[in-house]
Amino acid sequence: MAIRRGRGVAAINYPTGMNLGGDPTQALVHSTPTGNFMVTLSSVDLGQGMKQIMAQICAETIGVPTDRVVVDTADTDTGPHCMGTFASRGTHRAGNAVIQAAREARQVMLEVAAEELEVNASDLETDGQGNILVKGAPQRSISIFDVALSAHFKRGRSISGRGMFLIPRSYPEKETGAMKPSTCYAHACTVAEVEVDDETGEVTVLTVKNVFEIGRALNPKLVEQQLVGGSWMGISHALYETTEPYYPNRDHGGTDFNQYLMPGPGDLAETEIIVLERPSADGPYGAKGPGEMCANPQIPAVANAVFDAVGVRIDTLPITPERILRALKAQAGAPN
Amino acid sequence: MELRKSYFADQRKDDLHEIGQPRPRSDSPGHVTGKTAYFADRNFPGMLHLKMVRSPHHHARIRSIDISEVEKHPGVVKVLTAKDVPHNVYTILILIQIGPEDETVLADGKVRWKGEAVVAILAETERAAQEAAAKVKVDYEVLPAVFDMEEALKPGAPIVNEYHGQNYYLYDSGECRKVRLGDVEAGFAGADHVLEQAYQSSPIEHAPTETTGCIVAPEGNDRFTCYTNTQAMFFTLDNASIILQMPGNKLHFVGGTVGGGFGGKVDVIVEPIAILGAKLTGRPVSFIYSREEEMQISSPRAAEKVVIKDGVMKDGRIVARKVTGYTDAGAYSRHSPYGAQKGAGHYPGPYTIPNVWIDTYCVYTNRTPSSAMRGFGVTIGDFALEVQMDKLARLIGMDPLEFRFINAYRDGDMKAHRQPTEGAALIECMQEASRAANWPVAEKYLSMSSYTKGA
Repeated sequence: MAIRRGRGVAAINYPTGMNLGGDPTQALVHSTPTGNFMVTLSSVDLGQGMKQIMAQICAETIGVPTDRVVVDTADTDTGPHCMGTFASRGTHRAGNAVIQAAREARQVMLEVAAEELEVNASDLETDGQGNILVKGAPQRSISIFDVALSAHFKRGRSISGRGMFLIPRSYPEKETGAMKPSTCYAHACTVAEVEVDDETGEVTVLTVKNVFEIGRALNPKLVEQQLVGGSWMGISHALYETTEPYYPNRDHGGTDFNQYLMPGPGDLAETEIIVLERPSADGPYGAKGPGEMCANPQIPAVANAVFDAVGVRIDTLPITPERILRALKAQAGAPN
Repeated sequence: MELRKSYFADQRKDDLHEIGQPRPRSDSPGHVTGKTAYFADRNFPGMLHLKMVRSPHHHARIRSIDISEVEKHPGVVKVLTAKDVPHNVYTILILIQIGPEDETVLADGKVRWKGEAVVAILAETERAAQEAAAKVKVDYEVLPAVFDMEEALKPGAPIVNEYHGQNYYLYDSGECRKVRLGDVEAGFAGADHVLEQAYQSSPIEHAPTETTGCIVAPEGNDRFTCYTNTQAMFFTLDNASIILQMPGNKLHFVGGTVGGGFGGKVDVIVEPIAILGAKLTGRPVSFIYSREEEMQISSPRAAEKVVIKDGVMKDGRIVARKVTGYTDAGAYSRHSPYGAQKGAGHYPGPYTIPNVWIDTYCVYTNRTPSSAMRGFGVTIGDFALEVQMDKLARLIGMDPLEFRFINAYRDGDMKAHRQPTEGAALIECMQEASRAANWPVAEKYLSMSSYTKGA
């Protein structure tokens, strides 16, 4: 009887969005009288930081600092339609809608600034700090604060924009299955290292090294929180979780966190996250949806590591100590 | 976390002001100081609490329901049964024309899973609602149930859901969604090895910190405001509008701050019945799942069975792959026909294989309906595919990581569902993993690129 060590690898891809149903999201952007910007949506922030990302996307597109953007979302009396936050679609779909709305608002903003500066709008650029400058002659400038005041009280212009992003529905061909199920794909490769106690069947995940390719890390801190959480969830899925421990038997389902097993803080593996960025052709600033795929590769990587450690295949999730011990007994020729 | 900017540097401009910056989240101070308002933080004078009486049986006919003692229970204001729901038989994907309507808001004549909602009780306090629930008398005639997908698909199995008429979802392509490329049998015939293996998962729970729920307030002008933690505002509003036969302009949904979703809050379960309660009583209504309901009543991730048969050559090329996937939808469709179809679009994984045959089935059994969850239609498939890849590599005596390089898809490769590959990056992820994990592979794999067939 011994503690045996093994490691396993898995590589995966993951689709962004739900093209098999039609996939629209809208956004509205408008400026306040003092040059702050409101983004109005009906998308839902599940805790992943959707509002923060939409603010950064709007700010980048308009050309102002992020703290001048406020996101008002998920009120059906004010926010235009969004299909919802699922299918790794939130950042990609709503982000594209916000870009389109912000571009339209930016164009009005530049037109008002052009009138104030008596130049062509096409000769203007933003400095990202809240000012509009004449290209090549940055001493000729006007603050966005003053442009918004002018638009509201002098020029009678609404600095606002509408955004709509729709991926048309793809209908799978009946016989061949020809279809376009997604727009872009995120990628991952995970190497997991485990210890298996061949006396108790217990698995300890020592390390997980995850490489994720996500298009673009729009906010690296938010990416990190999502990827680390996902990696933890993948390990939990591999080794612990089920509402029906003896599926398809319906008995023994957990009803609280004492019975429904998940790893605690002491069970967390040493987790390494490396991010690659290959911008997607149709994503907002190249982003793809990493929200779901980051919890997938750990499951087969752990399963393969368990085999590497003790030489038994557990092809049924979750990989519980009971299943490992039964497989070890079977391997040794003993009756189950 | 580290960003490895050396990969794909030619495809990216890193000259942006706000994008790529690790700005602090504007909502985190509220979250960490407990000031963020979630839907359940709202408390209205006169608010009623809704509790469900649920089926104790996996499959049963309802002979009768007696609520006479319940209505007399102190604190009980209203008791709802199937006849009170204007459009009681519904299905959420009807919004994207995926039918038939196959589920009841409140059971009507039959229950098809243990935990199915039968009677809704609205009372002044949670305690009164709970006590009253125990006084509902339902006379059941227990019917044979089926829990195993293979059993459910056999001729003569008990029919789980009469709205389908058979224990699988009928796609326009027949009993399963199909993907076909090349000639898979010829591929097996010409392969050096053929390996067929079956993989199985069990249902799992989303386990959000905040359980599913909503609070509905009548606005006095014939409109109702629903404070909810749904993941999809209009999807829920539009389905509620159908179920309640109320024009959408009577409904106002407010949400957007959610304590974890993971796909568990895209079903439309709590909102319609809570709005109905508010409409019929004229009072605010709160309907919030207990942790037990969250774990055993709300949809889990489906259990899946995946059978993979591969033909592989000694040099590492996979020449044929046949996948048969079964998704256990439980008693009702919810999002499962979509999930099974999404699986068909995902197989055979991120590998270029000339001969592919995919069948994915959505199967009905007498268990808690499953639905969307993080990785919907893909997670279990990836588990099966990537364990299979490990087995194949060992079968031909090849390093598992090198084996994946040989088969990895690259830009321009035709996928099984007949879309050319764009923006591939699997190879680069594996190259970086090889370095990060100190898992050596031959130099020729480290010089490969997703851009071209090169190498």
